[in-house]
Amino acid sequence: MTGTASALVFDHVDFSFGERPVLSDVSLQVAHGEFLALIGPNGGGKSTLVKLSLGLLKPDRGEVRVLGLTPAQARPRLGYVPQFATFRRDFPLSVHETVLHGRLGRSAWWRPLTPQDHEAATQAMAATDVQDLAPRPIASLSGGQLQRVLIARALATEPELLLLDEPTAHVDTRAEHDLFGLLARLRERMAIVMVSHDVGLVSRHVDRIACLNLTLTCHTAMPLAPGVLENLYGMPVRLIDHGDRAALEGVL
Amino acid sequence: MNFIEALWAHEFLRVALAAGLLAALASGIIGTLVVVKRITFMAGGIAHTVLGGMGVAHWLGGSPLIGASVAAVLAALLVGWISRRGGEREDMLIGALWAVGMSVGIVAIAHTPGYSTDLMSYLLGNLLMVSHEQVTAMAWLVGLMLLAVFVFWRPLVATTFDEEFARLRGLPTLAIELGLLVTVALAVVMLVQAVGLVLVMALLTLPAATALLLSGSIGWVMLLAATIAAGEIVLGLGVAFETNTPAGAVIVLCSAVVYLLALTGQRMRRHRVPVA
Repeated sequence: MTGTASALVFDHVDFSFGERPVLSDVSLQVAHGEFLALIGPNGGGKSTLVKLSLGLLKPDRGEVRVLGLTPAQARPRLGYVPQFATFRRDFPLSVHETVLHGRLGRSAWWRPLTPQDHEAATQAMAATDVQDLAPRPIASLSGGQLQRVLIARALATEPELLLLDEPTAHVDTRAEHDLFGLLARLRERMAIVMVSHDVGLVSRHVDRIACLNLTLTCHTAMPLAPGVLENLYGMPVRLIDHGDRAALEGVL
Repeated sequence: MNFIEALWAHEFLRVALAAGLLAALASGIIGTLVVVKRITFMAGGIAHTVLGGMGVAHWLGGSPLIGASVAAVLAALLVGWISRRGGEREDMLIGALWAVGMSVGIVAIAHTPGYSTDLMSYLLGNLLMVSHEQVTAMAWLVGLMLLAVFVFWRPLVATTFDEEFARLRGLPTLAIELGLLVTVALAVVMLVQAVGLVLVMALLTLPAATALLLSGSIGWVMLLAATIAAGEIVLGLGVAFETNTPAGAVIVLCSAVVYLLALTGQRMRRHRVPVA
């Protein structure tokens, strides 16, 4: 662990793609064990913020610290679930092999897999309830199953910070509910930052919502005050509550 | 005399068979990586640039093998760089490289005094004319390739599967991808000598594509592809010998027929399974 350092710190970060500013003076702190949702309109900079946290992009100004380190240094301790599968769905690989890829970077690449590697992969598959799928080729999975495999791959790294970029964009409502249940169990072990578009659902599960549209506004109080979303999206927005009040009270 | 008897009688046929089986092994391993990574067109660009290197080496009076290797490695690095830049004209640039490489070879060969090798032999290959030395060189190269794939298995598969995730796990993915392209290039050089450009393209694609219809695990796909390629090469050599037809072209057509049969079989199986 890293003692008192925050899991994720953005300190007055600017970023632009060419002439187009994407993030302007963004400051953010995520504590260890905190579950933060990042919402905002498309093109508002959510994915950019995730990519800056991973060190895939470099800020024009300001500083990003992850677990008290630079993003590149912290990478072995980060878990990342991409928005779109960045691979071919028909690649000849089993679920088990895919999850084991999460163990890369834990030790030197030329070392053979250790029993701990297999144990971590097994636990990650159990946590995301995909252990029955282990021998299946990834080509045979449904969208929701593949999403859980990708989360298992990220968990196999035993991360201290889990970054998820719209993990529910391509799954149905049922899979979405399951995902929040899973994340609620994981948050005792790690900080979670999740990009989402489903404001109604996240507001009932997370500690804090950060609204991003070029600049950042954080809201600790749940549910969101009236008018906040309208300001963010620039149009009337209605929160759709999917029921399930027990989950709300259990988390908040 | 049939093919089996002829194999006992003629050493050149046994050498051809050995070369064919080594080519099958290389095509099973490299071809699988080429097909799953969708870099057939890149491999084609590299393969045709090899001809340019051979021609220029002839013209300069050097060894065509060294010329081909230098051209192949340069083409692999150039193609890798073009692909990393990720410009929208990537396919155009590789297509242009393909044509330019081949044209350089043809111009150089035309201007080489006393140079008389038939250009067709580079295109369709001459498996029946392979020498002992070529087979020995092929065996070394295939051995090295097997060793490299074995040693680099985890990072290689992870990078081929999902480059961004592999990079985030700290793997040197640029070096791994360029290394893969250079290996493809060297495999192409080896295969062009023995079986010609056309057969190289077939061996890098059809056996692996057939194996992918039969297995969902990359290690098995490689083994299956090598076995399928070996069967096709033996079959093709036999048919070519019995019917007095160019071996390379017969092997390509055998591979295509096997692929179509496997594809048809898979489609029929899928139709028979009731949708629950």
